[in-house]
Amino acid sequence: MAAVSQAIAATVALSSSNSSTTSFESKRSRFLPIKSIPFSESKKGKIVACRSNGNNSSFGSNPREKAAASTETKSGGGHELLLFEALREGLEEEMDRDPRVCVVGEDVGHYGGSYKVTKDLANKFGDLRVLDTPIAENSFTGMAIGAAMTGLRPVIEGMNMGFLLLAFNQISNNCGMLHYTSGGQFTIPVVIRGPGGVGRNLGAEHSQRLESYFQSIPGIQMVACSTPYNAKGLMKAAIRSENPVILFEHVLLYNLKETIPDEEYVLSLEEAEMVRPGEHITILTYSRMRYHVMQAAKTLVNKGYDPEVIDIRSLKPFDLYTIGNSIKKTHRVLIVEECMRTGGIGASLTAAINENFNDYLDAPVKCLSSQDVPTPYAGTLEEWTVVQPAQIVTAVEQLCQ
Amino acid sequence: MSLIKQIASSRSSLLKPFITSTNLVRRSFSSDSSSESALSIETSIPFIGHRIDPPSRTVETTPNELMDFFKTMVLMRRMEIAADSLYKAKLIRGFCHLYDGQEAVAIGMEAAITKKDAIITAYRDHCIFLGRGGTLVEAFAELMGRRDGCSKGKGGSMHFYKKDSGFFGGHGIVGAQVPLGCGIAFGQKYSKDGSVTFTLYGDGAANQGQLFEALNMSALLDLPVILVCENNHYGMGTAEWRAAKSPAYYKRGDYVPGLKVDGMDALAVKQACKFAKEYVLKNGPIILEMDTYRYHGHSMSDPGSTYRTRDEISGVRQERDPIERIRKLLLAHELSTEKDLKDIEKSARKEVDEAIAKAKESPMPDPSELFTNVYVKGYGVESFGADRKELRAVLP
Repeated sequence: MAAVSQAIAATVALSSSNSSTTSFESKRSRFLPIKSIPFSESKKGKIVACRSNGNNSSFGSNPREKAAASTETKSGGGHELLLFEALREGLEEEMDRDPRVCVVGEDVGHYGGSYKVTKDLANKFGDLRVLDTPIAENSFTGMAIGAAMTGLRPVIEGMNMGFLLLAFNQISNNCGMLHYTSGGQFTIPVVIRGPGGVGRNLGAEHSQRLESYFQSIPGIQMVACSTPYNAKGLMKAAIRSENPVILFEHVLLYNLKETIPDEEYVLSLEEAEMVRPGEHITILTYSRMRYHVMQAAKTLVNKGYDPEVIDIRSLKPFDLYTIGNSIKKTHRVLIVEECMRTGGIGASLTAAINENFNDYLDAPVKCLSSQDVPTPYAGTLEEWTVVQPAQIVTAVEQLCQ
Repeated sequence: MSLIKQIASSRSSLLKPFITSTNLVRRSFSSDSSSESALSIETSIPFIGHRIDPPSRTVETTPNELMDFFKTMVLMRRMEIAADSLYKAKLIRGFCHLYDGQEAVAIGMEAAITKKDAIITAYRDHCIFLGRGGTLVEAFAELMGRRDGCSKGKGGSMHFYKKDSGFFGGHGIVGAQVPLGCGIAFGQKYSKDGSVTFTLYGDGAANQGQLFEALNMSALLDLPVILVCENNHYGMGTAEWRAAKSPAYYKRGDYVPGLKVDGMDALAVKQACKFAKEYVLKNGPIILEMDTYRYHGHSMSDPGSTYRTRDEISGVRQERDPIERIRKLLLAHELSTEKDLKDIEKSARKEVDEAIAKAKESPMPDPSELFTNVYVKGYGVESFGADRKELRAVLP
């Protein structure tokens, strides 16, 4: 697993260094008018919004070669760090930039954060800005939302996403809907973040995937990060957004290493990331499953398939623009996700694709998700609740017949 | 005095004749107090404190303030009764929770604070909205779901908000507004602007866990929040002795001091709120329990008489009604006459009727309003109507 993540890290580093600052207007010129959704304009100002272009190198070549090539083409140098450090960097830069940004959560202050995302921030910004709360998710989420109503921009950390189920009332009613029910008077610029997903033998209650429960709350945006590059960019974009944003991290991805640019960058919250362009089939994924898909992609390339892998990143709303363009090219879709089969992100994505791009599909949309069971403790059983690369390879072979 | 200016401008034309008439009244009865001089009035019962020395029973007030109390409370009472008839005429649908009987809490609180201080309450929010400077037309239009409502018709009875005068709503879920209120106080402490937050909840909500969680955090952080329990003795249909093992809500803060106030006496409420505001800016949270009563049922679908006797309701109305108390004070101190007070009531009725007529003229919201304000900026997100093809909108 470590070797895979480093190889993937190198590839991602290459792709991010090659990305030029493509403006949204140039993307718009490729917009086909039939059923795609028009892309909106985003405010840019001084922010450099990077969109990671697909790199043209094929997967499976020597990673060390690629890393050497990347150091030649990289502009400013960049620095290497782990995903939780990238999150911390993004958070720290935003807290420096705007004094209204504060952090609210359990053990974020003196302890430094249970995943070290807020390490040393309390020493720098003080106890009021990096607030250690008692174990009372419902009320500290409510308090952060109340503070947001007065103009602050809190970042709420759930120690594990599953604990935020206790705060569901506050997130649904007061966070998502307050802008609407007040007729636009109050904005709630909060960021709710935390690790979720299936970890290593954590048991059922600590391995929940809440994307499926939160996705129908109107008024919120949901994003999922998967690499240090997009973790920092999405964290910054989420803090700057005026809407409430839920940022899903994954417990097993916190120690991914990657080189990210030195200069400031903010990613767009509604865009998907093209991880690997291809011709035969579109594979849509997010968060940890991206790495399972890339592992399966190695095998698929050896077998002669050319998958196009897209990390959808934005779970609500879906980036149907990127996804649609990809489907128009490949005509086959496989969705690989860690959410449950019933009512998960994949289910909504399947419905959206079928409604919008039905004419372009040569085969039915296939969705590989986790089993509809509580996550067991035993390692072997836990492995089988989640989608494994071998299953992805089989599914692609079936679809491409 | 400031309260007079902030009530709807349509009333300003009403105020002038009454001020001059009270002057006339004063001269003919040869009292030596001018219209600005202070009166010292004792509250009905003394305050009871928990871990704190209660403030004095003697309240300073002025004749103008008392007249103000009377006028605004009459207007509030009239508004609630008109809302009752509108509901029965099916112009207001859904839920309608009426505040008549409890007006003294809204009025007394407003008299003690400024518009920079924040108030947040639950769903029984019509009168507090009015007290914070909302207009009758906005209130009725929102109740009837019209475009001119304070939340553009998209909120309804339980979601009145007025951001510019510090009224944070208007919340439907019992108890959920208490952590929000503590958060508003956190924002006030963060920005250090010397204002406080009054978080109102009922005796039913006092049993919610999130209240104690929020209270714990507010006490830890010394937040300038005042938790006000409007104890009308019934949580929907359940009497307080059946819902709470300890109905002494002012004591429930344990380490947080509390004060029990007669909520039907506007002057007592004013004294308690002033005292609480000064206390809280230095020392952290405090709980005020307002002993009050609602004449209507929990909401319009509850007759209000299945869990309490009609004798009880009429008994409270005779002995403790807040408007009657102010009326008696005004007459006893010879600040007005019976006839003038009756005229005030008549003009309040007229004003409310005019506001209802004006609100009825306002149209229902435009269908495009279905998709506005979902996001602050929709980023091109699409939303679909039932048939997925005809009604499509890009969320603005």
